[in-house]
Amino acid sequence: MVAGGLLFAALGKDPFVAIRTIFWDPLFGDFASYTRPQLLIKAGPLILIATGLSFGFRAGIWNIGAEGQYVLGAITGAAVGLAVYPSESRLIFPLMVVAGALGGFAWAMIPALLKVRFGTNEILVSLMLVYVATNLLAWAALGPLQNPEGRGFPGSRNLSQWSASANPELIAGTGMHWGVVTAFAAVIAAYVLLARHSFGFNVRLAGQAPRAAAFAGVNPSRLVVACMGLSGALAGVAGLFEVTGPAGQISIDFNVGYGFTAIIVAFLGRLHPIGILLAGLLMALTYIGGEIAQTQLGLPAAAIQMFQGMLLFFLLAMDLLVQFRLRWKARAIEVPRTVIPQASPAGEAR
Amino acid sequence: MKDVLLAIRGLTKTYPGVVANSDVSFDVKAGSVHALLGENGAGKSTLVKTIYGLVRPDAGSMTLAGQPYAPAEPRAARAAGVAMVFQHFSLFDALSVAENIALGMEGPPPMRDLAARITQVSRDYGLPLDPHRTVGDLSAGERQRVEIIRCLLQSPRLLIMDEPTSVLTPQEVEILFRTLRRLREEGLAILYISHKLEEIRALCEEATILRLGKVVATCDPRATSARQMAEMMVGGTLRIPTRAPSPGGETALEVQGLSASSPRLHGTSLKGVTFSVSKGEVLGIGGVAGNGQDELLLALSGEMRVAPGMVRLKGEPIGRCRPSDRRARGLLCAPEERNGHASAPDMSLIENAFLTGKVREGLARNGFVSWAGARDFAERIIKDFDVRTPGPQVAARALSGGNLQKFVIGREILQRPEVLVVNQPTWGVDAAAAAAIRQALLDLAANGAAVVVVSQDLDELMEISDRFAALNEGRLSAARPARGLTVEEIGLMLGGAHGMEVAHVH
Repeated sequence: MVAGGLLFAALGKDPFVAIRTIFWDPLFGDFASYTRPQLLIKAGPLILIATGLSFGFRAGIWNIGAEGQYVLGAITGAAVGLAVYPSESRLIFPLMVVAGALGGFAWAMIPALLKVRFGTNEILVSLMLVYVATNLLAWAALGPLQNPEGRGFPGSRNLSQWSASANPELIAGTGMHWGVVTAFAAVIAAYVLLARHSFGFNVRLAGQAPRAAAFAGVNPSRLVVACMGLSGALAGVAGLFEVTGPAGQISIDFNVGYGFTAIIVAFLGRLHPIGILLAGLLMALTYIGGEIAQTQLGLPAAAIQMFQGMLLFFLLAMDLLVQFRLRWKARAIEVPRTVIPQASPAGEAR
Repeated sequence: MKDVLLAIRGLTKTYPGVVANSDVSFDVKAGSVHALLGENGAGKSTLVKTIYGLVRPDAGSMTLAGQPYAPAEPRAARAAGVAMVFQHFSLFDALSVAENIALGMEGPPPMRDLAARITQVSRDYGLPLDPHRTVGDLSAGERQRVEIIRCLLQSPRLLIMDEPTSVLTPQEVEILFRTLRRLREEGLAILYISHKLEEIRALCEEATILRLGKVVATCDPRATSARQMAEMMVGGTLRIPTRAPSPGGETALEVQGLSASSPRLHGTSLKGVTFSVSKGEVLGIGGVAGNGQDELLLALSGEMRVAPGMVRLKGEPIGRCRPSDRRARGLLCAPEERNGHASAPDMSLIENAFLTGKVREGLARNGFVSWAGARDFAERIIKDFDVRTPGPQVAARALSGGNLQKFVIGREILQRPEVLVVNQPTWGVDAAAAAAIRQALLDLAANGAAVVVVSQDLDELMEISDRFAALNEGRLSAARPARGLTVEEIGLMLGGAHGMEVAHVH
């Protein structure tokens, strides 16, 4: 926060005003009635995706491609809906949600199965599939899913204006839509799963003591598939809620990086469901506050991103310093015992 | 007569509960290879760590070439001309050979000069090594050469080698021996630690044998048979087994021609391991660590899957079953490594009770954990096995080794196994806890379970086994009734290849 203030001061802005604009104004400022709902709209997908990711991250399975799974969920969900347009059945929206989940799930299965079968690195494969997914998105927006009445503009029909597929604001003025409801439900479900279910236990065990997990009988392949599948499905659902609600349509620039930001949210929340809930809200706040600061104070967008980056950096650094103790040695010649931070027994890895 | 280089007089080192070295005295002469022999836990490591300045003795003194020698740290030992090659290498995989060597030196010369010197030394001593290769690409033998050359560049007078051949191929052993003989001719003293007796006979002129921290014998290995040395290592104090063999119930566990390569780098592959255990019987499997004990346990616990018929439980092939399936069928295991393998260190005892108790104790319904049930189970283990802990919510890592071991063994025993396999059940455990664990294993067998105890502690095995077999380089000797085995016979079985098939090439 102090470093952020210095940064803003260096840019010639009043640091206190800047920080107030970012953290206070979105909730209680002049335009709060407009910005407050935005908080949940932005936090919803972040929380949903981060909750899914947290399982894999706890078990040491690194799905970095949630962004791609999010995009695929939106495309498949929208495709299923548009296939039956303009029917008005009430089943369409639930069907689209399922299709979105399956889309994200299937996209996550590619790195998962490659890892299980051929031992590929899931980090690389899932990340590369993000770029495949964004190109698929462009193709869908310009090709099969393009609005036939759109006069050639890229983008699909507006799903939020078609009542059968719309994901409306449930309580006016809150920003609460089905995606946010699902995110909260996911947080609760994740909490229960981690605390009371043997799947959650296996995930924690595999992350903390891999050999003990093997001894206990945790099947590592099944764990990879389950964790990747879960995070993929939740990311896909998040994409579907976004495309039917706040975004409204499949467009070329539909994805705005929720899938990547969710990784940050997951770690900020220390992979704990409640922590993720709070971290998602905080991250959404800095996004909205950052936008306000951009328009009102004329702060460059890059400065806001830097501020967010610093926020994360300091939080994670704090985490590290709580767990490890740095030791400085006078001469760095003795190989095995220098520079490597020593784990202190006081810091419990939790 | 060669000059005495290092003289050790009355070295004593006590750790809480253990006397590691007790009044150890011997001389190492310049221009000779001196073997230090002993079972695991005999005090060899503590002794060489004292010489290398890693451990400070409680009593006793050393002189190096006539001068009083009491290194406060390894740097002082190196400055005095003592170098050591550890069993586990401390090298950085991503760096080149020359860079690794520079990192371990006091004031390294410029890299180009160093590379030239490395090439020079490696040619002089017949240790082929390219200074520019990346360590990550080297074989175990080549890595060891890096360590040796790092030592030689500092022109030591005494070179300590801790079990240097345990990671080497036979060809690499040959190269190493040639180098060591050459160094000896140049007047270097070498202190060579090993329990491979044939190697010592081939290389060393003198041997000091440690048992339970004391020097029990010295001999000239060239004039002593491997069998005699094994007997000296095992010692005359070995109690002759007193247990009456069990009446021989039905076969519970049968292992037939179990061969499997180790999942670990430098692990020992199992080669045709065959044995069977009946209900109510205790089978003791002895052998020096690293001869396939861990691999055998992995194959039995189900962490390493093998061909179906290689492991049979009550006649049914279970070689491909996973750990939880084997538990459900009644085969339970307790691995050697308490922290991180048998238990998750950061988890509470309740969670660790659930770790293996899930299936047989019915601690999960529809996948949902009954934490109340797990807590009850943990409390039962703590009570029945006298685990000293403030409560079941404590993290496993907070327990002392002995207490955690009691918890781990108790956890398996309380699940009423039909077959229990334990690896090193009393390693690093104080005497009282060890006795309690042994008694619990005997009680379990008396109640009709089959028990397999893998251990390096021969006294322990003789005390509790009905039958005894030994693992050597992944092969298991035929099991023999423990009663009536003589010390000599045990030595032979342990020596495996060394005693009975001397022709067997290393």
